[in-house]
Order: sequence, then structure tokens, then C-alpha cells
Amino acid sequence: MNEIPVSIKINGKQVTASVESRTLLVHFIREQAELTGTHVGCDSSSCGVCTVLLDGDKPVKSCTMFAVMAHGHEITTVESLAPGGVLHPLQQAFWDQHGLQCGYCTPGMLMTSVALLKHNPNPTEHEIREGLSGNLCRCTGYNNIVKSIQQAAGVMSQAIPAAADD
Amino acid sequence: MFPASFEYVRAHTTDEAFAALQQHGFDGRVLAGGQSLIPAMRYRLARPAVLVDINPIKDLEFLKEENGFLRIGATTRDAALEFAPWILQRYSLITAVSKVVADPIVRHMGTVVGSVCHNDPAGDWTATSLASRAVMVVRGKNGLREVPIDEFLVDSYTTAVEEGEMALELKIPIPDAHTQGSYQKIERKVGDYATCAAAVQISLNADGTIRQAGIAITAAGPIAMRVAAAEAMLVGQKPSLELIKAAAAEAPKIASPNADQRGSSEYKKDMTRVLVGRGITEALQRLGVNA
Ligand SMILES: Cc1cc2nc3c(=O)[nH]c(=O)nc-3n(C[C@H](O)[C@H](O)[C@H](O)COP(=O)(O)OP(=O)(O)OC[C@H]3O[C@@H](n4cnc5c(N)ncnc54)[C@H](O)[C@@H]3O)c2cc1C
Ligand code: FES
Ligand code: FES
Repeated sequence: MNEIPVSIKINGKQVTASVESRTLLVHFIREQAELTGTHVGCDSSSCGVCTVLLDGDKPVKSCTMFAVMAHGHEITTVESLAPGGVLHPLQQAFWDQHGLQCGYCTPGMLMTSVALLKHNPNPTEHEIREGLSGNLCRCTGYNNIVKSIQQAAGVMSQAIPAAADD
Repeated sequence: MFPASFEYVRAHTTDEAFAALQQHGFDGRVLAGGQSLIPAMRYRLARPAVLVDINPIKDLEFLKEENGFLRIGATTRDAALEFAPWILQRYSLITAVSKVVADPIVRHMGTVVGSVCHNDPAGDWTATSLASRAVMVVRGKNGLREVPIDEFLVDSYTTAVEEGEMALELKIPIPDAHTQGSYQKIERKVGDYATCAAAVQISLNADGTIRQAGIAITAAGPIAMRVAAAEAMLVGQKPSLELIKAAAAEAPKIASPNADQRGSSEYKKDMTRVLVGRGITEALQRLGVNA
């Protein structure tokens, strides 16, 4: 077998293992780093549930990257969002606004949203829908996901929260 | 599914990548963003024996204007174009395309050069390269050569990149102040390949006649195609509604789309006409001309 050493800084912690070159990043994250928050939802690179951040701010589909390609890079997964159990404003907003039902798509939604708000702290509804268009959700119909991101954007930019109706 | 096993070569310089490709010949394949190659490998539609990863090559990650060309390096991501304010201000065709290729996550890995090298029958960057008359810089045994896009795109998934070679950058002539473009794409949903799409770029003379026209359609045959008859019809003429209609009517004559879940062949053929017409109209509007 074709095993190569791979070392990736995942959520600030260096994870090193020898894996086959064909190992997908998502499997390295789930099996080598034992972080199972990042999900796999499709075989066709189209659902976005596996989204993680590459080098801090780039959302990438970890099912469409080989682990060897992330060698020497930093990866951020959903587990990093709530240090000490304190929810990230996006997580709190998904809770408050019912931005999830089964929750399968949520890790990907959260990571894409983190990147979106880093790049554009005050997105319009249209920009949020555009920004999330690579993430599929089979449950919510998206409206509450959009509301969640609006609430988080408000909280994070210290403005008045968008949650006027609760 | 897991891709089949392969040997992985990490290249840090163009020299390293080229040496590995030369060594492995037919078995070797460039790995750029992986957004076409990895899905194909997961479906086992592709089983390359050796992958040469060019992502660590920092020298190939550039987006700059030089000697009349916009130069896009082989590891420059789609997102780099989408988020560059100066691209937004001056490149209307590229701006329009960079918002509709794949989805926003894929665009953080996918490269423009990789997409043109992939030469998918429904590729968006191939049609754009035709309309903007791009040139690909290819490294081969005898050094670098510049291949005009019309020669570069050979057949579905086949380009002028020969065994052991690699593409280094795509060069797009910088549009002047009298040039504007438009990209018209019909897709079932975000992230789907085009049902049909058209790329248009128009340049005007001072007297209001059309100096140059670039018109290409994609997802309408084995590869993206230049609608040369439409271009010829426009050049030298003053824009008018009749002229636009006549030029657009040339597109279905060369289109040979396959029927699939996105639509029938007849429907897609007619859409080439509709989209080319809309593209010319929008490019002219951006030039301040309402035909
Ligand atoms: C969900 C999804 C939706 C998509 N939708 C669209 C869409 O709507 N429109 C569209 O156009 N594309 C779409 N794509 C494809 C995407 O844009 C790809 O990123 C792009 O086509 C390939 O770029 P890459 O850098 O990822 O190339 P890779 O996948 O790494 O490579 C593709 C091919 O080109 C070759 N290659 C790459 N770089 C070079 C080089 N420098 N020299 C020689 N050969 C090279 C590789 O060997 C391989 O054969 C989609 C992809 C996904 C996953
Ligand atoms: S698992 Fe569906 S896109 Fe990665
Ligand atoms: S909450 Fe179930 S898929 Fe989104």
C-alpha cells in the first residue's frame, strides 16, 4: 500500500498519521483525528455537509480533497466553535431561530456561515442565500437558516439582533 | 466511494512538477483544485496511476495584468477572481462567470486553468475563454508555448496538453474601455452544470459600430464552441435588434446538445439562440447601447 505521512493542524492541534494517498480529508478528520462533527452526505461533491475551513477562512468540501493535500495546512471543524461549551453566536442563533431539524447539514451550514460572515459581516438576505447555495438541507426549507445567520451577523457586529419575533 | 489507489507526488516548483510528469508520461496526471478530478476518481471514471499535486507551487498562484493580458496562474482559485474588486470593476464577462461556476465552496478550490484543462462539455470557463480570445501557456519538452484557445480545446476532456506536459497560466486580453461582456447560464439549481450557457464579449469603435465580437456556447455539444458566423455578422455593423436576432439565430445551427434530464435536444438548441441574443443585448447595454 501507498502510505504517506500526513500532518495537519486541526482546530489548533497537530494530528499526524500515515494514510493512503487516496484517503479523503473528511475520513482523516473523522477517523484519524476522531472528530465526527464533520459529516458525509453524498458521493458527488454536491451537498456541503463536509465543509471545513482551510487555513482559517476558506470553506472547502473535505470529501473533495485528499488528506495529503492538507499536509502542512490548518483545518478548522465545527468542534472548534464552542470552546468550553460556550456556543458560538452562530450556534446560538441556529438554536434560537430553529435553524435545524435533523441537524445533519448543520456542521456544514455553520462552517460555511463562519466563512461568509468573516468575509462579509453584514450580508443581505440575498448574499446569505447565495453564500449558502453549496449547502443542501433536506429539512428546514432554509428560511430559518437564513434567519439564524441574520441574527448571528447582528450579534457579532454588536448591532441589534434581528430576532424581533421571538 | 473511495478512489482507486495512486502514487502521490507533491510538487513545490514547476520544475519538480514537470520532471515528475515527464517521468511518468501517460500514467501521470496534474492534480489542481481536484474539483473535477476527485469526483471522477470517486466514481472510478478516472483512475490515474500517479497524481502530481501542483497546489503547493506558490509561483503559479497569481492574478495580475501585464503586457496587455490578464494572467491567471494554474493554482489561482475561482474565488480569487470572484472577490478581486478590480476584476469586478473592469471585467464584466469574468465577473458574471465567476459567480455562477459550480457553488461558492467549490470555487474556493477549483481553478480556472484546471477547468479549461478539464474541458468539460458543459464547462463555463472554456466558453468564457473562447469569447475573450484567451491563450494558454503550456510547458512541454521544448519549453513554453502559447496556444490560442481555439486550438487548445480539442475534444471533450481533451486539450492540446500532451502526455508529460502541463499548463502554467491562462492569458486573457485586457478589455479596453469600449469592451463589455455578458454570461448567460440556465441551470436547474446552483452547483449544477449548465443546461445551456452563452459567453459574449463586444467591443465598439468610436463611431458606434462593432469592432470585435466574441461569442461562445457551452453544454451545447462535445465542447464549448465559438459561434463564428454570429461574430462575423456583427463586426463592422451598427447594433440593431434585427442584427442581434440574426446573429443569435446562428447559434442553434452549430449546436448538437444531448437530451438529458435538463432538457430535450430541441429545447437546448433553441436556448443557445435565446442566450446568445440576451448576452449580446446585455453586453451592448453595458456599453450604453440599447438596441
Ligand atoms: C458540485 C460541483 C459543481 C460544479 N459545477 C460546475 C459548473 O457549473 N461549471 C463548471 O464549469 N464547472 C463546474 N464544476 C467543476 C469545477 O469548476 C472544477 O473546479 C473545475 O472544472 C476543475 O478545476 P480544478 O482546479 O478543480 O481541476 P482538477 O479537478 O484538479 O483537474 C481537472 C483536470 O484538468 C487537469 N489539469 C488541471 N490543471 C492542469 C494543469 N495546470 N495542466 C494540465 N492539466 C491540468 C487534471 O489533470 C484533470 O484531468 C463543478 C464541480 C463540482 C464539484
Ligand atoms: S459529503 Fe456531500 S459534498 Fe462532501
Ligand atoms: S436540518 Fe436536516 S438536513 Fe438540514
